[in-house]
Amino acid sequence: MDLVIARPEGLYCPAGDFYIDPWRPVERAVITHAHGDHARTGNQHYLAAAPGEGILRSRLGQDINLQTLAYGERLLHHGVTLSFHPAGHVLGSAQVRLEYGGEVWVASGDYKIEPDGTCAPFEPVRCDTFITESTFGLPIYRWQPQAQVFAEINQWWQANAAEDKASVLFCYSFGKAQRILHGIDASLGPILTHGAVEPLNRVYRESGVYIPPTIYAGDLKKSDPLVRKALVIAPPSAGGSTWMRRFGDYSDAFASGWMRLRGTRRRRGVDRGFVLSDHADWPGLLWAIEQTGAERVMVTHGSVAVLVRHLREKGLDAQGFTTEYGDDEEEPTGEIEFTGSLS
Amino acid sequence: MKAFAELYGELDATTSSNAKLAAMQRYFAQAAPEDAAWAVYFLSGGRPRQLVPVRVLRELAMAYSGLSEWLFEESYQAVGDLAETISLVLPEADHTSTDGLAMWIEDKLLPLRGESPEVLAERLPALWSQLDRASLMLCIKLITGSFRVGVSKLLVTRALASMAQLDSKRVAQRLVGYTDLSNRPSAASYLKLIAAESSDEHAQRGGQPYPFFLAHALSQPVEQFEALLGPASNWQVEWKWDGIRAQVVKRDGRLWIWSRGEELVTERFPELEALIHCLPDGTVIDGEIVVWKADQPHTEGAFDPQSAAAPAVQPFALLQQRIGRKTLSKKILSEVPVVLLAYDLLEWQGEDWRNQPQSRRRAQLEQLIAQSNHPVLLASPLLIGEDWHDLARQREASRQLGVEGMMLKARDAMYGVGRTKDVGVWWKWKVDPFSVDAVLIYAQRGHGRRASLYSDYTFAVWDGPPDASERTLVPFAKAYSGLTDEEMRKVDNIVRKTTVEKFGPVISVKPSLVFELGFEGIALSKRHKSGIAVRFPRMLRWRQDKTVEEADHLATLQDLLA
Repeated sequence: MDLVIARPEGLYCPAGDFYIDPWRPVERAVITHAHGDHARTGNQHYLAAAPGEGILRSRLGQDINLQTLAYGERLLHHGVTLSFHPAGHVLGSAQVRLEYGGEVWVASGDYKIEPDGTCAPFEPVRCDTFITESTFGLPIYRWQPQAQVFAEINQWWQANAAEDKASVLFCYSFGKAQRILHGIDASLGPILTHGAVEPLNRVYRESGVYIPPTIYAGDLKKSDPLVRKALVIAPPSAGGSTWMRRFGDYSDAFASGWMRLRGTRRRRGVDRGFVLSDHADWPGLLWAIEQTGAERVMVTHGSVAVLVRHLREKGLDAQGFTTEYGDDEEEPTGEIEFTGSLS
Repeated sequence: MKAFAELYGELDATTSSNAKLAAMQRYFAQAAPEDAAWAVYFLSGGRPRQLVPVRVLRELAMAYSGLSEWLFEESYQAVGDLAETISLVLPEADHTSTDGLAMWIEDKLLPLRGESPEVLAERLPALWSQLDRASLMLCIKLITGSFRVGVSKLLVTRALASMAQLDSKRVAQRLVGYTDLSNRPSAASYLKLIAAESSDEHAQRGGQPYPFFLAHALSQPVEQFEALLGPASNWQVEWKWDGIRAQVVKRDGRLWIWSRGEELVTERFPELEALIHCLPDGTVIDGEIVVWKADQPHTEGAFDPQSAAAPAVQPFALLQQRIGRKTLSKKILSEVPVVLLAYDLLEWQGEDWRNQPQSRRRAQLEQLIAQSNHPVLLASPLLIGEDWHDLARQREASRQLGVEGMMLKARDAMYGVGRTKDVGVWWKWKVDPFSVDAVLIYAQRGHGRRASLYSDYTFAVWDGPPDASERTLVPFAKAYSGLTDEEMRKVDNIVRKTTVEKFGPVISVKPSLVFELGFEGIALSKRHKSGIAVRFPRMLRWRQDKTVEEADHLATLQDLLA
């Protein structure tokens, strides 16, 4: 019997009678991380990794019925042994390990291989069946080391500041924003943040992650000379809004794995595209799958058909799982999920 | 190579003309003349013939990246650009070449042409391993002849002119024919482009044409014409022909014919070469090459067949039949004969006449045509109307006459360079396109900025009226332009959710989306399932107010044929 199956409400563990990242309200929800497409409101009980508590409560409500486990700590529920293991995606993100009747399944949620200092780094967990994401499941997606990307951002910021231009960097406000803040050279100038980013910075700081001092952009006037030297961190939705007017003549950029492609870069219509993702790239996905030792792989959101076919060619028992997880990098994924015909 | 790749990156990243201009100026200021020579060539649209067959290129890329064919194909479909795909899947180079663009083109890339797959398999990966990702993509674009970047020739001209402190019209003049296959860019040819003005420049021009003056679209309602343009009597009005824009140059006893793409096309139109005997040296005529036949199928009824001005132009589709041919048989020449419908005189008696007023150029042109008295040289007739409304009425005959509408040229205007308005203006006053409401049935991912989005669609109409008991959708046109980015994203989303089947890169969708499709021409076709081929189809509007059942049927298209 399968330990996890796909149901209309979400990924479901029949033996333990709970769901993993359900997209419809259920009794018991195990949450891999706090991005909106994985952690939704309305569930009766929540179970998550302890480092994610602050973010989960700030996003879903302080009063949610939430139980947490430290990474590696085990919980026995209806005979299913459950534990969380770092996924390296964002603060508090976890893979869920389930053991029942001698069989081990791991659900990855979203994950990233390269450690970034803002969350516990990804740890491969041995299992029989691995449920993996596939957001960037094509060989065209290969990330350069993040140090290079941060150096590029520093350079861009410096060049703009030399021309008295603000540098507006659009990125997802939870995870990506803090990773960038943590990685860039804060000595280059003032850092301003959008109202959507600042509360998350606070949670990260409270969790002991170093985030350099930031100024809430709303506190500055357009005439303030600081603005023209500043790096501004804002969510993509701020682009084109009246909020942007305060920065005068600025240069803008977008940080996302999708920026790897010229077409998406040009569609975004910003001056620069920095290729920085909180997901595994193609070599990363294949490495992680191999590390688990799993012979069976269930592929969720992203390039499902491609990854399934590739894994099958490598001799693994792979199949697609239809889910409603979206894309936290906020671009159409460019891939269709033909999971129905494959399973 | 690296510097040019960086320039390409900068030009590609911005939509601001000023930023593009500045980037080109920076590049030309530091580039060696031999590199700059090739850069000008590529930026102004020059394309060497394909150096390596695409099939070989793909196979080598697959072998070198270790990807299976289907995985490479999936990658290509997501990227929508072959050169970019290859640059993304090949291993990153450990060191990068410092050789300039000219050395890369002349010593490394051009010699690849005609080599066997075995030699290419040896040489190409060795070249690839010397290039960083941006240079690699560029290199492959140059190899496949698919290099394209969003700068106009005018902008390249401006960048060179400002650097060389020359009048940009002078540079534009020197640039004409620069990208023709007969010219190979070199340090000398580049230095000539930016050299100081010389007195004998005019004498040295050989068979060079002038930069074409291009028209702007006029889409305001006719009621506003008087206010916008003044009285109709100030304008020279002609039909807008659907042929090949061309300049005929006669100098030093020789004749050259140039297309608007600044390609030398003399040999494709042998019947026009006869003009060598009747045009005096130092003559340049601007006009349209069209297929012209004695029978006048389009002029029955609505138009006076007695009138000498009655045009007997044939559909562009016919002209297309002979454009692509390497050799022109007697049969083709007799079945598809062409003439030049002349409408402007740019050089007369060896003098540049572009600064003469339109009316004077026209008068001299008419005289010249009369004197030449050759059946392949005709004047594009002038259209006379009492006022704009009268002209608008005459314009309604456009479709029957096989023309695209009217051209309006200010009588006192000079002949400008490219799509400019500084010394005069030409307006194209086109008739509204044909349109039908069609159903989206297949979709494919696009290229360039539409990459990864399902943005290229096949449209169908019903093969029977709404009350037909059983009717099916028949595909008749493909289109990808006309939607806003926002609409494209929405349609992409719906396409993904309503996918039925996948055939390679193409997916079929459950019919649910209706679009108003516009097109310029329509003809019978044996190659299409619907029996109909349309010209320049594009989406005019997303008909969210219409259901699939309300889309048009084949009879609507057949009516348009009549």
